[in-house]
Amino acid sequence: MNNAPAAHSAGAEESRPSLAALLLDPSFWADWASIVGLVGLVIVFGIAQPVFLSVANLQALLLAAAILVVLSIGQTFVVATSGIDLSLAAAVMLGAIILGLVNAAGHGIFIACVLALLATSAIGFLNGLIITAGKIPDFVVTLGTLSGITGLGLILSGGEPTMVGSTFLLRLASGSFGPFGYPVWVAIAAVIVAHVALYHTRFGVHLLATGGQVESAGALGIRTNRVKIAAYTISGFCAGIAAILLVARIGSAEPQINTSLLLNSVAAVVLGGVSLFGGRASILGPAIGALMLTALVNGLTLLNVSAFYQPLAVGAIVVLAALIMRYQK
Amino acid sequence: MSAASSDAIIACEGLSKHFGGVRAFTDVAFQARRGEVTAVIGDNGAGKSTLIRCLVGVHVPDAGSIVFDGRQHPFSNPDGARKAGIETVHQNLALIDELTVAQNLFLNRELVRRIGPFAFLDRKAMRREARAMLSRLSINVPSINQRVRRLSGGQRQAISICRAVGSGAKLVVMDEPTAALGVQETANVEALIRRLRDQSVSVILVSHNFDQVRRLSDQIWVMRAGKMAATVRASETTGNELVALVTGAA
Repeated sequence: MNNAPAAHSAGAEESRPSLAALLLDPSFWADWASIVGLVGLVIVFGIAQPVFLSVANLQALLLAAAILVVLSIGQTFVVATSGIDLSLAAAVMLGAIILGLVNAAGHGIFIACVLALLATSAIGFLNGLIITAGKIPDFVVTLGTLSGITGLGLILSGGEPTMVGSTFLLRLASGSFGPFGYPVWVAIAAVIVAHVALYHTRFGVHLLATGGQVESAGALGIRTNRVKIAAYTISGFCAGIAAILLVARIGSAEPQINTSLLLNSVAAVVLGGVSLFGGRASILGPAIGALMLTALVNGLTLLNVSAFYQPLAVGAIVVLAALIMRYQK
Repeated sequence: MSAASSDAIIACEGLSKHFGGVRAFTDVAFQARRGEVTAVIGDNGAGKSTLIRCLVGVHVPDAGSIVFDGRQHPFSNPDGARKAGIETVHQNLALIDELTVAQNLFLNRELVRRIGPFAFLDRKAMRREARAMLSRLSINVPSINQRVRRLSGGQRQAISICRAVGSGAKLVVMDEPTAALGVQETANVEALIRRLRDQSVSVILVSHNFDQVRRLSDQIWVMRAGKMAATVRASETTGNELVALVTGAA
């Protein structure tokens, strides 16, 4: 308490460390891995292929990143509780199929979107309920629902894609307000809401406490099971938003899982400096991580690198980021 | 020891607890006075931990009555005891490593500002209050914005005690508060407990350390083999007498 090291670090805490010291501190790079990576990629691709920096390409890049940003936010809430949602991309698929089928059955697009959101939120709720009530590891439960939902999607759709011709969705996908398309605004709104929820509400603190030390949180009267269920439900809700954006983007509901969406959502969370052991999270970090992964694919495509190399590049970056994270304090 | 004196913050009589066929303690009478530090000592297995757990609502006693703050003890769980004003400083401290000192001090009783239907954390107020709480007990930490992970064992213990006291608890129960600490840190935590006594906080202290108990407490209760063997004023006893009482040589 009154000892010298504490007094010393008190001084360091009050006066900001010098820039040079900051740049030499591995923990700085770990905390800002996603933004450093994004800036690095923008510089490299900007030099190698000036088209990369054109306004049109940057707008396209943001548009392409919107879905992944929304999913990464959902994944962040789950990972913050030291869980993982492997059923995320499958939930997107089921949400899209329900949207398509409800719309095809002659109901309004608004009802179709609401039902899609309800269905994916219910999947998240169910994940959380099974994990907490059954005391089963998150990994196993969401792996199970991943398979279950995939099957359900195939059964409901008969394996056939459903066209969704909706002017509302068309406008959502192609319209824009100010510099950004609507999907980008949706993602920005999601980032803001999630950031406020994480940092400025009791729920956010309890979420991090639950992920950090579940027994301690419970001993203080935090209902950790409810917090976990809420995190999974948020993840499911984000999957629903992503499903709407996806259907709007491709104009149909496809009964196939985009596995890269799942892997990239986890990758963005890792790049964003969120601890996979829970208790430590941000929203901006994973959002920038998602931007960075999208920029990587976009840049490689502009450089005419074969699409086959892209997963390799994503994998290398994620592992590299995880290595840097080891220096995080 | 029959009638609980009116200045008792907590008093129990005829208390028994069995786990299956294993007898933890039988027919125990115990009380702690308001504004005093009351110590419970005893050998391993004497039943002191189980007694304490009954007082804070972790266990429900099989027989006997507990009167807390003038009313019959109604708690069947720790949450009920906390709401009534009994705070426990857990042996594992119940701190969240990744949260800051201020966040830990206000965990699950965060201050909020309401804007329409939404409640947002009042972080500024919590930081201000946290500083006040720490300075009231003269606890030094590098910064209240520091993650608890980076604090020493003694600092963590101090934060944990500060949280218990700061919640407005009528009674703070500490189970072996210095068991895992070094010499200097133990001295710091003891100084903190002494400050609590100076501020008339009612404390129940469970400890193995007889010297510490004599230094810190006003009244000492000795358990032996599931019974309350004796109770003495700390000022009127010696280390040798305590050893004799605990081992049954007296």
